[in-house]
Amino acid sequence: MTDSKHHIFKENEVIRIRDLYKSFGDKHVLTGIDLDLYQGENLAVLGRSGTGKSVLIKIIIGLLQQDSGTVTVLGEDVNSLSYPDLRALRLKVGFSFQSSALYDSMTVRENLAFPLKRNNKSMSRGQIEKTVSIVLDAIGLPETIDQYPAELSGGQKKRIGIGRTLILRPEIMLYDEPTSGLDPITSTELNNLIVSVRERFNTSSIVITHDLTCAKTVADRVAVMDDGNFIAIGTFDEVFSAQKGLVKSFYDYNFIQ
Amino acid sequence: MNSTNGKSEKPLITGKIDSFFLHFYNIFNFIRRLFREAVRPPIEWGEFINQCYQVGYKSLALVTVTGFITGVVFTEQSRPTLSEFGVTAWLPSLVAIAVVRALAPLIAALICAGKVGSSIGAELASMKVTEQIDAMEVSAINPFRYLVVTRVIAMTVCLPILMFYNALIGCMGSYFDVHAHEQTSLVAFFDNAFTQITFLDYTTALTKSIVYGFTIGVVSCYQGFHATQGTLGVGKAANISVVISMFLIFIEEVIIVHIFNSIR
Ligand SMILES: Nc1ncnc2c1ncn2[C@@H]1O[C@H](COP(=O)(O)OP(=O)(O)OP(=O)(O)O)[C@@H](O)[C@H]1O
Ligand SMILES: [Mg+2]
Repeated sequence: MTDSKHHIFKENEVIRIRDLYKSFGDKHVLTGIDLDLYQGENLAVLGRSGTGKSVLIKIIIGLLQQDSGTVTVLGEDVNSLSYPDLRALRLKVGFSFQSSALYDSMTVRENLAFPLKRNNKSMSRGQIEKTVSIVLDAIGLPETIDQYPAELSGGQKKRIGIGRTLILRPEIMLYDEPTSGLDPITSTELNNLIVSVRERFNTSSIVITHDLTCAKTVADRVAVMDDGNFIAIGTFDEVFSAQKGLVKSFYDYNFIQ
Repeated sequence: MNSTNGKSEKPLITGKIDSFFLHFYNIFNFIRRLFREAVRPPIEWGEFINQCYQVGYKSLALVTVTGFITGVVFTEQSRPTLSEFGVTAWLPSLVAIAVVRALAPLIAALICAGKVGSSIGAELASMKVTEQIDAMEVSAINPFRYLVVTRVIAMTVCLPILMFYNALIGCMGSYFDVHAHEQTSLVAFFDNAFTQITFLDYTTALTKSIVYGFTIGVVSCYQGFHATQGTLGVGKAANISVVISMFLIFIEEVIIVHIFNSIR
């Protein structure tokens, strides 16, 4: 578990979700979600495939709109913001995609520089170069700077994707399955990266994962999701010592197999 | 909270007709947003110039070849009829009228619909289905401004230029053919050719190619921007962009010709 010296401000919610519903046609994906993310906290969201984890964080960043319920991020109601205000809020929230979603037509350098160039028109070329290399060092991939996404491995793409969101210095990070499809060693590296991101960049994060090792390593609290709602929220030990029903089967699958 | 999402409302008439009108409504909104974002500064010069290069410069070879061949073939095919009446001297002006009024706007537009429309459709669709457009959104970048506005304007600006270039090359092709048979000089040829073309002809041609360029840009960007169904959707978007662009171009041709003929 993360070292206890990291301070979590329990009185300060950076994300606050109340009674959130979302369906696609007849398919009810989210059914009344309540969730708080505290400042400085890493929260892992666990759950089977298709339970609506990606939909949840896409609603948080305003890529999808909820049917009902409220999502408040850094004190702002996401759904009621104008488009320019929403973009201003998105500067403070990093989102790393399950699919990495790197720009195919750009090199790693350009991928990282693009959000900076678009959002800080006043930044000089030299400052941008410097920021890119700082972030590449932080994610441990300085040698890939002139490569195209097609030339990178899955794990490298994931890390560049995280780097591209870090470059705007977000206060909140949303990671969508940072370790899925990766070998255990690369997964461990990514877990360490997520932990070090909080130390270096002072972020609060939601980490979506299937992977209990990841949850145990990076998270202060875990929330287990099934059928569009949370069936357990608490510290890793609280949730998995109770060991009931789905939580138990999740645990058994990950640690006994 | 917001009624457009989720919660399946009962289709008004049948699902098909309903979604047909929904499509129109979406395209209407798309164009409205396009105008709203296009007039708001700052202009994305870098990406605009890049797109002009992609649209204009890279179509130049194709436009040159087809323009030249059109000129030669049209001249060759008109000669027997004209010589029957002993008026082969009319060849230059006949070709010029045909090229400027009808052939160049259509040929340039159809070539761009095929070449540029499909590539814009496929490019934006692949960015959409691999979440690259969403990635721009979450990095606080407005993908509509960056991707759509620049492409539509580039297309609207470049097609008229390509069209006039195509017309010029068509006349050159005709000149080579006429020169080989009737030994006309270049100056005499163009003198003869362009005396018959009025200001209204140029205006019609310009109007047509502006409208066609805008059509190709909007159709292919719309198809790409709203692609679904993974990689399957990429091919579909490219294909539908071309088909719908070409179809609309012919309909617009009829309408524009009617409007300008009523002025004439
Ligand atoms: N844009 C969409 N249109 C229609 N249905 C959708 C859409 N996005 C997601 N869904 C549906 O919502 C459900 C939840 O999807 P989601 O991507 O959130 O799952 P997930 O929990 O992230 O799963 P995984 O672990 O496999 O990524 C799925 O059944 C999916 O079919
Ligand atoms: Mg997912």
